[in-house]
Amino acid sequence: MLAPILKMSSVVKEFPGVKALDDAHLNIYPGRVMALLGENGAGKSTLMKVMTGIYQKDAGSLFYQGVETNFRGPKDSQERGVSIIHQELNLIPGLSIGENIFLGREPVGAFGRIDWQTLYAESQQLLDMLNVQFSPKMLVGQLSIGEQQMVEIAKALSFSSSVIVMDEPTDALTERETESLFHVIRQLRAEGKGIVYISHRLKEILEICDDATVMRDGRFIAEASVSDLTEDRIIELMVGRSLEEQYPRIDVCAADEVVLDVQKLCAKGVDNVSFQLRAGEILGISGLMGAGRTELVKALYGANPLKSGTINVSGNSVNISTPAHGLQAGVVYISEDRKGDGLIVELGVRENMSLCSLKQFSGVLGVDRKEESTVVHDFIQRFNIKTPSADQLIKNLSGGNQQKVAIAKGLMLNPKVLIVDEPTRGVDVGARKEIYQLMNEFKAKGMSIIMVSSDMPEVLGMSDRILVMHNGKVTGEFIHSEATQEKLMRCAVGHQAEVA
Amino acid sequence: MNQQTLNAALAEKQKDTDKTNNLKFLFSKETLFEYKSVIALIVFMMVVSFISPSFFSAENLLNILRQSSVNAIIAVGMTFVILTSGIDLSVGSVLALTGALAATLLGLDFNLMLVVTITLAAGAALGCISGWIIAKGRVQPFIATLATMTLLRGATMVYTDGRPVSAFGGSASEAFSLIGTGYFLGIPVPVYIMALVFALAWYVLNHTRLGRYVYALGGNESATRLSGINVDRIKLAVYGISGALSAMAAIIVTSRLASAQPTAGTSYELDAIAAVVLGGTSLTGGKGRIMGTLVGVLIIGILNNALNLMNVSSYYQLIAKALVILLAVLVDTRSNKQ
Repeated sequence: MLAPILKMSSVVKEFPGVKALDDAHLNIYPGRVMALLGENGAGKSTLMKVMTGIYQKDAGSLFYQGVETNFRGPKDSQERGVSIIHQELNLIPGLSIGENIFLGREPVGAFGRIDWQTLYAESQQLLDMLNVQFSPKMLVGQLSIGEQQMVEIAKALSFSSSVIVMDEPTDALTERETESLFHVIRQLRAEGKGIVYISHRLKEILEICDDATVMRDGRFIAEASVSDLTEDRIIELMVGRSLEEQYPRIDVCAADEVVLDVQKLCAKGVDNVSFQLRAGEILGISGLMGAGRTELVKALYGANPLKSGTINVSGNSVNISTPAHGLQAGVVYISEDRKGDGLIVELGVRENMSLCSLKQFSGVLGVDRKEESTVVHDFIQRFNIKTPSADQLIKNLSGGNQQKVAIAKGLMLNPKVLIVDEPTRGVDVGARKEIYQLMNEFKAKGMSIIMVSSDMPEVLGMSDRILVMHNGKVTGEFIHSEATQEKLMRCAVGHQAEVA
Repeated sequence: MNQQTLNAALAEKQKDTDKTNNLKFLFSKETLFEYKSVIALIVFMMVVSFISPSFFSAENLLNILRQSSVNAIIAVGMTFVILTSGIDLSVGSVLALTGALAATLLGLDFNLMLVVTITLAAGAALGCISGWIIAKGRVQPFIATLATMTLLRGATMVYTDGRPVSAFGGSASEAFSLIGTGYFLGIPVPVYIMALVFALAWYVLNHTRLGRYVYALGGNESATRLSGINVDRIKLAVYGISGALSAMAAIIVTSRLASAQPTAGTSYELDAIAAVVLGGTSLTGGKGRIMGTLVGVLIIGILNNALNLMNVSSYYQLIAKALVILLAVLVDTRSNKQ
């Protein structure tokens, strides 16, 4: 095999409270596609950010074209031929496709005039190469996410880079767009470029990649040729443990008492959904992005307005139109977006944890900080939250500990129904297991839990019952023992489950 | 081993190390960083007292406090607003209108308590108008208060016909004049009011639910909303507080001048914002301390005083003030980046 164009060895990167990378390795070979594999939180994106200079590594080395290099930032790495297409798109919606592609390096003519003709002609060429049928003069804001992704790819191509990193490029693409992308990847490979391909879709890996590097918990696990790997072997390397070990589901004799009864609920993105939730049960809600899962639970909590339908909590009809009503009725929602609308990252653990339940600690003279601290400390211990003190700022905690704070915040109110939305997104494996154990503990105490998750093994592993949504509707309901990944997937793409 | 006893033991150990680290803590980088505005204030005072020996007399220091009190009281309200990531440009206009109101009430022979209460309530109500536009109308605070600033200044002009309103003539006028000019135990009355306002604000921000929600709202509005907190009510409250404190400042100003000027309070919002920012409160909200605002107010007050003592012309004073503010904020952003 050829010598790598880019070689990273023994890379270490630490953030306050978490070691994101610990002895990570990666080789990128010319004319080959390298798959970078690992679970959520395994450190793939961090490694890429270290590679392109967005983060500076704490230890280790990076050799680019045979020379030890340290990119000073994304601009530096891009100019020297290392391009990355991020999972989150970095386009400006108010500018045209062509303007976005050439942002910051527009071709100029006399007197600094932008040479629009060249700009749009070159943009057109790039789009043609990707088999995209848009005019480069269209505004990016009018494109779908998948189409925007293609613009990002066109932008990366315009740099004539020798290394191109694609972080989950097909997540938002249609089948046809994926096909065009693969066509382009094969073309780039033939031109001798080194490509890193990050994806959760193992079938794609087997189809398009030549080699694979597997990471787990920030560490390098293995590098192998894809032809020597099977899907099962990849999963084994990624997970490093069996499914049962990973999801410690417990069986609780669910009581017959119906805690939450939802009938014919319609709201933004939710179309006529009915279901029941019993005491001591975990109800998983599965589905693809945009299926209406988050919209459904937000409507239950009062964060999104109901259009029609009824909600009964413990047999009482309740009118929930603001989050305050939801809390009053005993429904608590832990957001999927911890930093966006879950926690206040610039405040401390204590302030965040007691935010919903501050009334409990308040008297005539204001907040009783002593009592508040006692309860907060109790939760920190019970949840094993790793923080130097109760006043540590949330932004300095690791994802797993942040999530535990978010759950504790909801549980301080002693809810009847706990709704967790993507409870383990961005959470490392160890903390993940602790969160599952906490959920089991509450379940054993008779609390009802609704868990929204895109992670199918998680839904299958933890739920007693599973609802699958597609396009705002429930397309399938399964009990734990009958559910399989294939059945859930069929319903998630819109096939109605056969009525058993 | 029981996890809880283990944790308790760890906490105990932590306390011990905390004690031994206290001294180290006092001079650590973090502490210096946290109290940089206080340190700047102290250095600043030392420099000024070298240049102008008359600076460090009790008389002059009390003078500075008295002169700063109006800006201080407005800046406290501004701190509440800025902590929620808002801004209140209308404070000067609220001051003018409520000052005219207070003078009118005195002329109508209202008693002192009633004059003060009605003026403060009117200020709170005027502030709530801005708050209501921002919360219910979803207008950006800058634009909403720019509008109310202009509107209320216009209303003041219409009401006073552009002429000062005398605070003389009523039976309570003499007592009223003591609010701005009186002394108690050798200390000017406005200084007591300022101290009381700071103490109350500190208590509200650190020991009440409202205070906690103010920080939460400034830190992350959608998270606060999702936590079941009525965000609109908090916005109404902070602009109401800002309005009431502007009215408090109006009472002091009107009392000192024995009349209400229709142009009173012009550009006071800028001094208040400058004091809040000098005190380390972030304009993006959610971060800052009320005592920082006190430091910011004092820096501005001392600067004005020192420039006067040094006989710097008022034209140059503006330039000097601008440079100090700019320097302080530049240093602040630099050190925040690290």
